[in-house]
Amino acid sequence: MAETLTKNHEILEGPQAPRQSRFVQQFRLFKENRLAVVGLVIFLAFFITAVAGVVLTSGQDPVFNPSLVRLQEKLQPPLSLPNLETLKAHEVPTLGIYLLGTDDLGRDVFARMLQGAWVSLTVGFVAVGIAVIVGIFLGGLAGYYGQEGICYDQILDFLLLLSGIIFFILKWHKLGFGLFTAGIFMMILSFRARRVKQNRFMPGWLHKSAFSFDTLIMRMVDIMLCFPSFFLILTVVALLPASIYNIMIVIGLTSWMGTTRFVRAEFLSLREQDFVSAAKALGLGNFRIIFRHMMPNAVAPVLVSATIGIATAILTEAGLSFLGFGVPPPYATWGNILSDGKRFIFDAPWLTFVPGIAILIVVLCFNLFGEGLKDALNPKLRQE
Amino acid sequence: MFSFIGRSIVQKTITLFFVSVVSFLIIHLAPGEPSQIDPMNPKFTPEMVERFRTQFHLDKPLYVQYVYFYRDLFTGKIVSWKDNQSVLAKIWERFLNSLPLFIVGTLLTWTLSFPVGIRSAIYRGGVYDRSATFFSYLLISIPGFFFAYILIILVVTAFHVPVIGMETYGMGNAPWPNLFMDRIWHLLIPSALGATAGIAVLSRYVRSQMLEVEGQDYVRTAKAKGLPPDQVHYKHALRNALLPFVTMFGLILPGLIGGSVIIESIFSWPGMGRMAYEAILARDYPIILTVNFLSAVLVLAGTFLSDLLYLVVDPRIRL
Repeated sequence: MAETLTKNHEILEGPQAPRQSRFVQQFRLFKENRLAVVGLVIFLAFFITAVAGVVLTSGQDPVFNPSLVRLQEKLQPPLSLPNLETLKAHEVPTLGIYLLGTDDLGRDVFARMLQGAWVSLTVGFVAVGIAVIVGIFLGGLAGYYGQEGICYDQILDFLLLLSGIIFFILKWHKLGFGLFTAGIFMMILSFRARRVKQNRFMPGWLHKSAFSFDTLIMRMVDIMLCFPSFFLILTVVALLPASIYNIMIVIGLTSWMGTTRFVRAEFLSLREQDFVSAAKALGLGNFRIIFRHMMPNAVAPVLVSATIGIATAILTEAGLSFLGFGVPPPYATWGNILSDGKRFIFDAPWLTFVPGIAILIVVLCFNLFGEGLKDALNPKLRQE
Repeated sequence: MFSFIGRSIVQKTITLFFVSVVSFLIIHLAPGEPSQIDPMNPKFTPEMVERFRTQFHLDKPLYVQYVYFYRDLFTGKIVSWKDNQSVLAKIWERFLNSLPLFIVGTLLTWTLSFPVGIRSAIYRGGVYDRSATFFSYLLISIPGFFFAYILIILVVTAFHVPVIGMETYGMGNAPWPNLFMDRIWHLLIPSALGATAGIAVLSRYVRSQMLEVEGQDYVRTAKAKGLPPDQVHYKHALRNALLPFVTMFGLILPGLIGGSVIIESIFSWPGMGRMAYEAILARDYPIILTVNFLSAVLVLAGTFLSDLLYLVVDPRIRL
């Protein structure tokens, strides 16, 4: 009796769900990669340092003042004690010791490093955030709507509207207005022509597709890949007014191509799968299918490339600061601490080594973490 | 085959046209004008600015400027705004300076990364493999300028040789071995720096390619029939793993005109990167745009070449 009960019970259960959830499996795979775990730990430490840094070094009376000049205490090596006789009470470093030495103006390098950590962190995250958003958007469009062609009348519409706007900006108001209204009129016409089967408004060739949407976006990627990236970033940053936000935006807008390609490739294979067909059959909107059903399945390669992209963005920002572009001077970044210190490379090597090693460690941890993530998210390595 | 070549040439020409438009727009729509680069200079009177603007067509609408610019570029008459020198001659002179860096750097990359990658694939998971992996991550992550200073300190204090610039000033009468060694020392560090990231990336790629081939059935067969390991690794496995790298010869082409801005400015090396950097600072648009255009041409030519090479070396691909 009891035996049959258990048998029935087993049958009732049917196909069993996997014993471990996917996340647990991935975490287990990730933990096996010791370097990646070290990378994650350093990344968390860096994150906390950067957040603490911006809290402790900003405001009217910061705990660590990164811009306090003490000319009598310049170029002190790390771990040296301040000379209390020559300093006023508020000039004494908070820890009572110059933990990482002082620079050529006697500013505390530790405080400056704390301030610079925040710059590196935000540049990395915001730039990659922009790149990922643009990449997911364009890649998703190319992968999902890829096969749908762009017809000649749509191109004509677009050109008319665009040229209308351009001429309007160029102060040729009449011509601009004329072209713009012609564009709108044409748009209405082609909408109607699409509704009615036997249309007499437009010649048939206007409805032939010129090229697919996918082609358009992939050609855009090709065009962007033709630019030498660091040179392009340097040019734009040099021409624009110096500000940290410009750097973030420029780095972000010049590095979305990889993400677009990944997302497009994933979408091309996902859209043929059954769950997408099921979602379509249930009558879900395209928007919901893309972002709720397909995107979570396409996110793994994006995550990996984003992690490595953060490392690249931090390096790029440091390089720009080193060349003297980027954040305006009183504000410290790791790149410009190193750039200021290069004149004293033999007298005060810590001004080169402290920021250099800091950049190295942070970038290294992002790279290791990204590689570990890649292995953990790789379905080939997952054990059933 | 010929249809493929024709199609890709047309496609790449269109891409190049758009690149030229986009780069022109980026440069010219950025705030600020090149004629106002030095407003405090008393010699820069309004008449001078006006003459400057008419001489370089800056008073014309943007699309006219575009046509003028690319007409000048293709007829080779384009001149720099700063000193009225021919841009192409300037670029050629700087290109000859950057060329040794590029050649030595490429040689270093390709000769070092193959042995490292192959060895770490053969001894997968061993101490050598793991340390090679770690070092390649280290080399990818190290900021170029920081590494440059480390190397400068090391070389200068250990060997007492000058490294900044292309050659030591005032060595005109020295015997030629000394001159030669001087040039070599000056060349070695910048090109090694230019090669670091390449070595790290390429050796990882060699390793993964080798691992993939080593897992194939024919390699197992070769092992099973008792061939010596060297023959298995280098004759059966390596030859098949080499296939993707043939195509990468096309992809090193853009490096010809790249020239690292940061490394060349640290080492005061009068190469392409330095020239581009100075042109950016001086808002010398013709140089910036020409460098950009040439590098886009090289990127497109490089991808075209690598596609062609792939066709030639891989018999499985038929177009």
